[in-house]
Amino acid sequence: MNLIVCLRMVPDTVEELEIAADQKSLDAEVLRYRLSDPDEHALEQALLLKEKQGGTVTAIALEMPEIDDVLFTALAKGADRAVKIAGDWARLSSTATARVFREYLMGGGQNLAADSLVLLRSQASDELAGEVGVCLAENLGLPYVGVVTGVKVAGATLEVIKEFSGGLRGEFTLGLPAVLGIQSAEKPPRYVPIAKVRAVMKSARIETVEVPAPEQASVEMVDRLYKPEAAGRARMLEGTPESVADQILEILSQQSLV
Amino acid sequence: MPTNPLPHPDLDPVAGAIARLLLWLIALGSFGIFGWRVGCIVAQLRRARPENRFDRWGERIFRVFRDVLLQRRIFNERAIGWPHFLIFWGFVLYATCFNWSLLRGLFPISFIPYPDDVPLIGLGLEIFGVVVLVALGIALARRLFFPPSRLHLSLDANLILALIGLLMVTAVLGSAFRIVARGGHADAWAPVGSLLAPLFSGLTPATAATGSKAMWWTHMLGVFFFLCYLPYSKHAHLIVSPFNVFFTNLRPAASLTMAGVPEEYSAGASSWQEFTWRQLMGGFACAECGRCDRSCPAQNSGYALSPQDIMHKIKVHFLDAAVDKKAGHSPPAGQIPDGEITLAGGQIQAKEVWACTTCMACMECCAVWNEQIPVIVQMRRHLVGQGAVDRGVQDVLDRMNRYGNSFGKSDRMRARWVQNAKLKIKDARKEPVDYVWFAGDYASFDPRCEEITVKTAKIFQQAGLDFGLLFEGERNSGNDIRRIGEEGLFEVLHDKNLQALAKVQWKNGARTIITTDPHTYNTLKNEYCWEDPVRVLHYTELLDQLMSQGRLPVSRRVDLRATYHDPCYLGRYNGVYDPPRRILQRLGITLVEMPRNRGHSYCCGAGGGRIWMEDTEKVKERPAESRIREAVSLPNVSTMIVACPKDIAMFRDAVKTTGQEDKLQIKDVADLVWEAIAAEELQSAMK
Amino acid sequence: MANPVLIVAEHLKGELTEVTFEMLGLGRQLADALQAPLWALLMGEQVRALAQHLAVADQVFLVEQSGLQLPSPDQAAAIVKAAIDAQPVSLVLVAGTNVSLGIGAVLAGRLGRPYVNFCKSVTVEAGSILFTSQLFGGKIQADVKLPDACGVVSVYPGAFPAGPGRREGQPPIESLSLSAPSPMVQFKGYIEPETGDVDITKQEVLVAVGRGIQSQDNLAIAEDLASALNGAVCASRPVIDQGWLPLSRQVGKSGMNVKPRLYLALGISGAPEHWEGMQGSQLIVAVNTDPKAPIFDGAHYGTTVDALDLVPILTEKVKAKKG
Repeated sequence: MNLIVCLRMVPDTVEELEIAADQKSLDAEVLRYRLSDPDEHALEQALLLKEKQGGTVTAIALEMPEIDDVLFTALAKGADRAVKIAGDWARLSSTATARVFREYLMGGGQNLAADSLVLLRSQASDELAGEVGVCLAENLGLPYVGVVTGVKVAGATLEVIKEFSGGLRGEFTLGLPAVLGIQSAEKPPRYVPIAKVRAVMKSARIETVEVPAPEQASVEMVDRLYKPEAAGRARMLEGTPESVADQILEILSQQSLV
Repeated sequence: MPTNPLPHPDLDPVAGAIARLLLWLIALGSFGIFGWRVGCIVAQLRRARPENRFDRWGERIFRVFRDVLLQRRIFNERAIGWPHFLIFWGFVLYATCFNWSLLRGLFPISFIPYPDDVPLIGLGLEIFGVVVLVALGIALARRLFFPPSRLHLSLDANLILALIGLLMVTAVLGSAFRIVARGGHADAWAPVGSLLAPLFSGLTPATAATGSKAMWWTHMLGVFFFLCYLPYSKHAHLIVSPFNVFFTNLRPAASLTMAGVPEEYSAGASSWQEFTWRQLMGGFACAECGRCDRSCPAQNSGYALSPQDIMHKIKVHFLDAAVDKKAGHSPPAGQIPDGEITLAGGQIQAKEVWACTTCMACMECCAVWNEQIPVIVQMRRHLVGQGAVDRGVQDVLDRMNRYGNSFGKSDRMRARWVQNAKLKIKDARKEPVDYVWFAGDYASFDPRCEEITVKTAKIFQQAGLDFGLLFEGERNSGNDIRRIGEEGLFEVLHDKNLQALAKVQWKNGARTIITTDPHTYNTLKNEYCWEDPVRVLHYTELLDQLMSQGRLPVSRRVDLRATYHDPCYLGRYNGVYDPPRRILQRLGITLVEMPRNRGHSYCCGAGGGRIWMEDTEKVKERPAESRIREAVSLPNVSTMIVACPKDIAMFRDAVKTTGQEDKLQIKDVADLVWEAIAAEELQSAMK
Repeated sequence: MANPVLIVAEHLKGELTEVTFEMLGLGRQLADALQAPLWALLMGEQVRALAQHLAVADQVFLVEQSGLQLPSPDQAAAIVKAAIDAQPVSLVLVAGTNVSLGIGAVLAGRLGRPYVNFCKSVTVEAGSILFTSQLFGGKIQADVKLPDACGVVSVYPGAFPAGPGRREGQPPIESLSLSAPSPMVQFKGYIEPETGDVDITKQEVLVAVGRGIQSQDNLAIAEDLASALNGAVCASRPVIDQGWLPLSRQVGKSGMNVKPRLYLALGISGAPEHWEGMQGSQLIVAVNTDPKAPIFDGAHYGTTVDALDLVPILTEKVKAKKG
């Protein structure tokens, strides 16, 4: 199988996010990026499929700060190739991102191999203009299922499980080549020791490619970005556990819950 | 009338060619079996990972003298201390005399006497004979009626006790028979024999002579049997433990750096070839006494870890796989679930290895100086290398790699406590300083510890110390990351810390780093590769110095009856026991020691990455809870004083879960120093 | 009249989902502001009967075909586009749920219109509409103005009230027969969740446990309180992932959506995915030792006392009060 994982970094929310002066983007000074959890799951699912079905795993990512670490880690986990798409992509909208990935995958007039499966995370909290996965599938003209939590391969057909809500899931089938939006892999993402990543950094290479930037690279329609005002915070109950328990009991009694 | 030193012709047990031939055959046979077995084991040990323990011979010889000949650690357990010491020296004497007897028997040079016939030696043999019998009696009674927990009660052990007893009995009876054979006169040089001789006065001299020869042969056969049996029994510790001590670790305590480059050893060990010969040897040196288990906080809490079993299982695996080469040495059926990583050929399960807090209590009390912790860490390295790590630990490692701390907070938040307390502290990367204060993760990020860190800063300021922090440049020192087995991540942290420290402009010659956390202290001091030498001080060492120099005068005495908990990485690992005690004394505190103090301090359970691991097993009583109960049992003691931020976190929790909030408060040394030195206004400002 | 506002109705297992009514309510508000009609598009296999619930809309367009039970994004988008090609609309509202994931983005791409994801609120002023979306789980908000009020908007579930969207009736129904593209993805069937003993969506009182409960052993404390209050225990995703409680007890985006009278959150940080599942609760009391936990932003009452200390005491008091 030709497994392709399109990885994308998201802003790390461990720090306070700040708005840039133009009020239309995040302040890049304080911004740090990390690979999102569902991205890790997408990579893990690809590796699991490779272990079961054979084939190769190619990890592709847009150039971002610290992306090399991500790609080397992917190689250390078992990916066969790592590709970095050079450029300044920080302010790229999600739809434009999908176009860039498409450009790379179909660039030079080549087609995706018949047994190709593209995996990405299902959705991320910064995809204001649309989910990258589904846009990429649209651009490639391939079938797509999102929120996938299980993948089985039967010849040239995929059987996938999509998560709805409340524990309800649905089973879908689709043919290869296809694009899947992964919510979670069948197993939690594997751990690869740092020593192995450092060894890979010395022995392996990341391929760097150029792809023409798409028009409409940044989100035009955002009027402004801002931080929400802290709307109505909870009334905090203070005191010892004993006293707080009394206060809660009082509140519950008032609501006729006790 | 002195005994004739020359062998009485009728009393020579090896008289005649047949007897001599027999002796030769038996001797060659037993030594052969012994030598063969030992040779096989040594040959395989040499194929294990190399390790340089051949340096510093002088020190090593001294260690053998102190720890083997003087049996230093044996005396730590009172009931068996003297008995074992006496059995040991009795054995030394008897072994010497055995060889003497054997040589005399094999090579009949008539003017050389048998050892029994040399007055002083004969006396020694007799006295030790009785003394050893008494000691054996105590040992046996202890095994049968009041064995300490985790003492491995085995047929092997009882067999050996019986055998040694037999040897003593034959020696003493032999002496009695000889006296009767010589006419029954009491011999001042053979008091015990003389005492027993009347029991056999009815025998003719000839019969008595036969009896004495029979005793000699029984004795020798007993030893020959022992010789053959020894390499297969726990009593191999007799020959191996002196070597174990000779080849002991002379580097910093439980050093985890090994021969070769890190890429070679960071993959860890699972099968025998990956352990070092010294580590494998430890299994044979182990006398199965159980001291390590008794002192182990994991074992006492009910976790799967038994340090004794770890050494034993590796030995079993080594014997199966290398020495006996048993085909397909697979683990006992049903023990290892599918897909799990096996350790030591399946003998050891991952959960045993993860339960260790690396407190070093086992190594501190091991009487043959075994090194359980490096063995455990080697196996952890293997598990990490295979990615066989719990989700929770994985998350910690990921966060540690990304942010340089285990709290998952941005590295920029590390020194936020300085802002919160409105302190002005130098940035050591930008301004010249005398001291760099490496506060550590818990002191910087954990809200429970923040107040103490602030007080520490103010104490430094009051003493007029010229110090600075590394602010965002500081990373976790990596001590516990290393002990989890993530050697690669340890290196990353190590390199980043050194990079930050390289920016520091030290004012005076002495580059000094102060640490709050004993874990930080241990790794910076012992494991970091400093290009230029650096002095690392724990803050209690520094405060002790400052106080003795008069730079921190005590303005009010702290009237408290308290106990002090020695942190593992400060005490056992680095021998820093007195500076904190001196500080507390100067403050006017009445110090009451807990039964498990100093080198026997009981771990709080946080070390070795345990503070980041979830309890997956049913726990009898967590280590910290046991320690709280110990403190509370002291009369009229209201406070337990600690010198480590992780202790604060663990013990304050444990005080709650044991319901002792009214009886015991946990305070840091810094809390009390601040109480004693701070001016009134500053005190009330802090409240 | 301006071009209509169209909502793409969502249904699951034969019933319209809550978010459909939220969209109807919002759609009505927008349609009135734009002085336009409100249309609803209902597609599926045998869904005509559901149309009566869409009475808030002025017109219902029905597309019934086999293989349309749970259409993939491209399939659904093709149908909506075909409908729009025949009759132009201004705004299209789609549900921002797992079920409808992707439909809006594909549709917007094919229509050449802007797409606004995660829409949580809408402001109508002087004839123009401002859509406010949340990013990064609510840490950042984005205001988006659509030129000519033309575009596709994904409505964040639970952000708008469902009440204004509920009305039974007989809305005019127009059946559309559109040539459907052969689907690239086939829906095979549902996988039901493990039958839990308890349906947490029907409980009046829920005691919710999160990571802060620390270990499975402490669940018993929560169970005690729940039974003292005649309620049930539910949990956030991390607890379910650990296997301490079955999937049927999960509250959140991928779990159940609950609106009990009392939601007592123990050791729950309040991540957006969880919040989505319980924000409709009438009384939310949060217990978390971290004063900065996001749950305190939305809860009615909160305390930083340790849940493990508080809950046993509270349970005793509740039992005592009840006699």
